[in-house]
Amino acid sequence: MPDIIRNGVTIDDNFAEAFPMSGTGILITAPNAKWARQAALTMTGFATSVIGCGCEAGIDREVPPQETPDGRPGVRALLFAMSSKDAEKQLVNRLGQCVLTCPGSAVYSTVAGEFEIKVGDAVRQFGDKWQMSKVVDGRRYWRVPVMDGEFFCEGKVGLTKKSVGGGNLLIMGADWDKTMRATEAAVAAIDGVADAIAPFPGGIVRSGSKVGSQYKGMSASTNDAYCPTLRGVTKSELGADIGCVLEIVIDGLTDNAVREAMRAGLHAIIEMGPEQGAKRVGAGNYGGKLGPFHYHLKELLP
Amino acid sequence: MKPFTFTLRQEPPQRVDLSPLTPDRLAGKSAAQIENIEIGVTRVSTKVGDLFKLSEGDLKSLRFEGGSSRFDLLGAKLLPGFEIHVEGDVGAQCGRLAKGGRISVAGNAGPHAASGNLGAELEIKGDAGDFLAGPLAGELAGMAGGRVIVRGKAGERAGDRLRRGIIIIEGDAGEDLGARVIAGTIVLLGEARGRIGYLNRRGSLVLARGGCFGSTYVDCGAYELTFARLFARSLRECSAPAADLLSRKLRRYGGDTAVYGKGEILTPD
Repeated sequence: MPDIIRNGVTIDDNFAEAFPMSGTGILITAPNAKWARQAALTMTGFATSVIGCGCEAGIDREVPPQETPDGRPGVRALLFAMSSKDAEKQLVNRLGQCVLTCPGSAVYSTVAGEFEIKVGDAVRQFGDKWQMSKVVDGRRYWRVPVMDGEFFCEGKVGLTKKSVGGGNLLIMGADWDKTMRATEAAVAAIDGVADAIAPFPGGIVRSGSKVGSQYKGMSASTNDAYCPTLRGVTKSELGADIGCVLEIVIDGLTDNAVREAMRAGLHAIIEMGPEQGAKRVGAGNYGGKLGPFHYHLKELLP
Repeated sequence: MKPFTFTLRQEPPQRVDLSPLTPDRLAGKSAAQIENIEIGVTRVSTKVGDLFKLSEGDLKSLRFEGGSSRFDLLGAKLLPGFEIHVEGDVGAQCGRLAKGGRISVAGNAGPHAASGNLGAELEIKGDAGDFLAGPLAGELAGMAGGRVIVRGKAGERAGDRLRRGIIIIEGDAGEDLGARVIAGTIVLLGEARGRIGYLNRRGSLVLARGGCFGSTYVDCGAYELTFARLFARSLRECSAPAADLLSRKLRRYGGDTAVYGKGEILTPD
């Protein structure tokens, strides 16, 4: 099949294969944007992949004071896991260790889902019976006395099982600098899409994996077909002009959020062109039999 | 759509029990059947038709043109989604045990308004009598949900044994405001007489004017509380002065330490 070329960038006729996930999230507010962001960064740290971290989490967006329930600056953090039980466990743990501990923070539900998980109703016990509950407009909140005043936390937050994890783009360029420039532009574009996150460091992963390994008991190992240094010695997917490959993995609350995030990223890469940025864009899949969600790159083109 | 309207013909000759006149209980009845409902509480009969001229309309919303301090139990056990407006006064126990919905009274309300309220929003444009949102004799808890707004004054023992929900009194309150409160929130914009928050367990009393709350309330300092900001936003639509009060820095007095002691009185610093 002929490759598709847009603005000099080659687009593989390929698709990203994604999986259903349980998605939840919280809106964290604080007296200023710095501390709201700090709480969200801490909570979404060590949450790049469900394989080793138990969940995938990231910051969806900063929320201006006029849009938050308490009128303080906020940050919306999303968290995805393979089951609703995992999502609940991870969220409650991270809330207790990373948000409750962060100065000035307050927590609100931000995901409208079919299910609700108890977060405040778990964290409240930190108050050692000094906690107070308040019901405002039908929602229960907890006031937990802490050393800088009160930790204010909604009792339950929404969870949806209609989330999607594993949308991805493989960005290939001549060298590290150019590939990174294109990938960073794509991450910035994806940041602007609501309900979607890129959970890896700065939104980017350089160690893409394949299923299986030559070692016994290792379920995943380096994706040698996309390693430029192995171009001559393995069955490579890379041409002679590719010297660096970076990947963006996308999780979203809905199928559409993942699609729109991939579209936004792809458009940003194409707009930059091959001179400044990437020469080629691909997507990762497992043959299409494992994941029910397929995002074909050719359907996302400008 | 036009509300279902009851226009008062004359002052009731006796106290009347208006609890049968809620939208859910009137549903499926013809005008003649409604006029035949007995609402008198003595041996002398008083029927709906004797007191009111009916004008049929959307049963989701009832309207009483003209009120009386003899209108007892108006909107009792009201269900969510329904609305009752009274263009006049009401008697005792208005909105008693209401599960939801909205009741607005243009005039004054008698004693025990919103008694045992479970989720309704009750607005009294005039004054409220004693035991606003309080329990009847022998009951262990008062209001357990919903919102009560009194634009005028409230009588004695307002918010007695409040368990959940919000009471806003824009005028003054009588003696023993928030006595024996279990939990919930009372906001007072006027002046309170006598003891305040006597034997308060876990409730929040927000007072526009400070004062001495007795030796069993302990000064805990002044803070910008996040919960108050959220509360202020929620109340902005129904009472702007209450929202303003909650937006300020508030001094917290913990108490009543004579009992459980986990409640509070909040006043502007």
